[in-house]
Amino acid sequence: MLSIYRRRQFVNYLNLTGSMLTMAFGLFWLIWILSTLFVKGFDSLDLDLFRKMTPPPGSDGGLLNAIFGSALMSVLATLIGTPVGILAGTYLAEFGHRGWLAPTTRFINDILLSAPSIVIGLFIYEMYVTKVGHFSGWGGTFALALLVIPVVVRTTEDMLRLVPNSLREAAAALGAPQWKVIMQITWRASKAGMMTGVLLAVARISGETAPLLFTALNNQFWSSDMNAPMANLPVVIFQFAMSPFEDWQNLAWAGALLITIGVLGLNIIARSMFKQSQISQ
Amino acid sequence: MSKETPPIFAKKQLLIDALFRHTTRFFAFLVFALLAGIILSLIIGSMPSIKAYGLHFIVDDTWNPVTEKFGALTPIIGTLVTSFIALLIGVPISFGIALFLTELSPRWLRRPLGIAIELLAGIPSIIYGMWGLFVFAPAFAEHVQPWLKDHLSELPFVGILVQGPPMGIGMLTAGLILAIMVIPFIASVMRDVFQIVPALLKESAYGLGATTWEVVWHIVLPYTKIGVVGGIMLGLGRALGETMAVTFVIGNAHNLTASLFMPGNSIASSLANEFTEADGELYTSALIELGLLLFAITFIVLSLSKILLQQLRKNEGRES
Repeated sequence: MLSIYRRRQFVNYLNLTGSMLTMAFGLFWLIWILSTLFVKGFDSLDLDLFRKMTPPPGSDGGLLNAIFGSALMSVLATLIGTPVGILAGTYLAEFGHRGWLAPTTRFINDILLSAPSIVIGLFIYEMYVTKVGHFSGWGGTFALALLVIPVVVRTTEDMLRLVPNSLREAAAALGAPQWKVIMQITWRASKAGMMTGVLLAVARISGETAPLLFTALNNQFWSSDMNAPMANLPVVIFQFAMSPFEDWQNLAWAGALLITIGVLGLNIIARSMFKQSQISQ
Repeated sequence: MSKETPPIFAKKQLLIDALFRHTTRFFAFLVFALLAGIILSLIIGSMPSIKAYGLHFIVDDTWNPVTEKFGALTPIIGTLVTSFIALLIGVPISFGIALFLTELSPRWLRRPLGIAIELLAGIPSIIYGMWGLFVFAPAFAEHVQPWLKDHLSELPFVGILVQGPPMGIGMLTAGLILAIMVIPFIASVMRDVFQIVPALLKESAYGLGATTWEVVWHIVLPYTKIGVVGGIMLGLGRALGETMAVTFVIGNAHNLTASLFMPGNSIASSLANEFTEADGELYTSALIELGLLLFAITFIVLSLSKILLQQLRKNEGRES
């Protein structure tokens, strides 16, 4: 009798210890990756990074053109993707109670959310790059915009659903038409949550490499021409890291550190914003 | 005059209402059309290759741009094998993490630890790739691979998996890095579904004298098994389509070998490496067909995941 208790207790402790170890295992990788990144990235982090262009191998330089290109494409992609995402998300939350369109779109949107981003790159290549005949900043922007949309649709719908129906009913009872109820009551009530979604989307696209490979490609020089190939941090990091030149690899580490700080920073800001909006409600 | 204002006013508002509704509906339709557009454009793009090779494409392992002979077997197998390794390692670890976060961790630690695991998901995949190539692969080649060779190469069946020089890069390394990348996705779904188990059920089991492990294994897991499978599918979908991290460490060779130490190839890494350099219509088209295959596979896996998770939500109110 006693031995059964012992055995059960033993199995329990064994598995719970295992569970703790897996948690430690997860944190171990996070710490290892981040510490490597900080050590190697800080070594090559200096002001030249923001002042000079990407260099040919063997000479010193920075990442200015790549940082500029990434920022420009991300901003434009967010500006294109956000309104589309918000309006589609609004349809799903406010009008999507009947009909086939809303459930289908919801389903597809969730799949697009996790679909391989390299396929999005292929799609833009087929639809845009082959039509205009060359790689371009716009191509990269469109590919990134397509990655913004599912994130924004999802968070917009979720946030609008959190708005209590009594708010909508109160506004409607005062005689407000539906578009006013949505634009002035529900959107306003879920502003912080929707912003969270946009920030998460920006965080996602600023680290994306795969969809830019066949759309924006890369550019060794300063270019603000959206119709020409455009330098961007992820692709520069990819090329420099894969190269045999040590100074290129060092620049890649510095770029990797910049991107990671940016992405994780955005993630943390988005999360704390969401938490705050929940507390204030 | 003043009598007529309300109807006109109301009419205008109704018009704006309809306009607003149709605008949002149009954009919702756009998301739907996007998927159709992706599938159609990939099919059109891969037409030359489909015509040239037909179904033979997916069972042929030659990949020769010079003679324009293309078969997708090597990258398909590479994708499946690396994702399988990722799940083999990632699923038990994710389960442990979810268990820790829902049952064991002190309440004040849950949020920070949860965020830490989610940050793993936030790190861009190119960072995993760089870190894998420069830090993990050398360490793996020096410390782990020789040990694996010493202990496993004599065994039947398993031995063949560890043949070849310990180079660090290869299928096994790619699978391991993918495992780290899918852990946060699977773990956070598992944590969320574990939380929906009614407290009443768990407390009844505890009241009967069950240990924490028995509650998790006999109550929580059976109750949430559909959701757990859904979470695993979601992780699989991520692993199949992961591009940059795999491209860095898989070695990019069109070889079909049984050894996991050897460099290989996945669909996504072939695309990332070869697409911009592909010349000739057939070469490009073969690569696009690879993309189409990848999209089809992930579409099926992710749909399954979504359907399973929805099923769990539906049952939530009914049972118990």
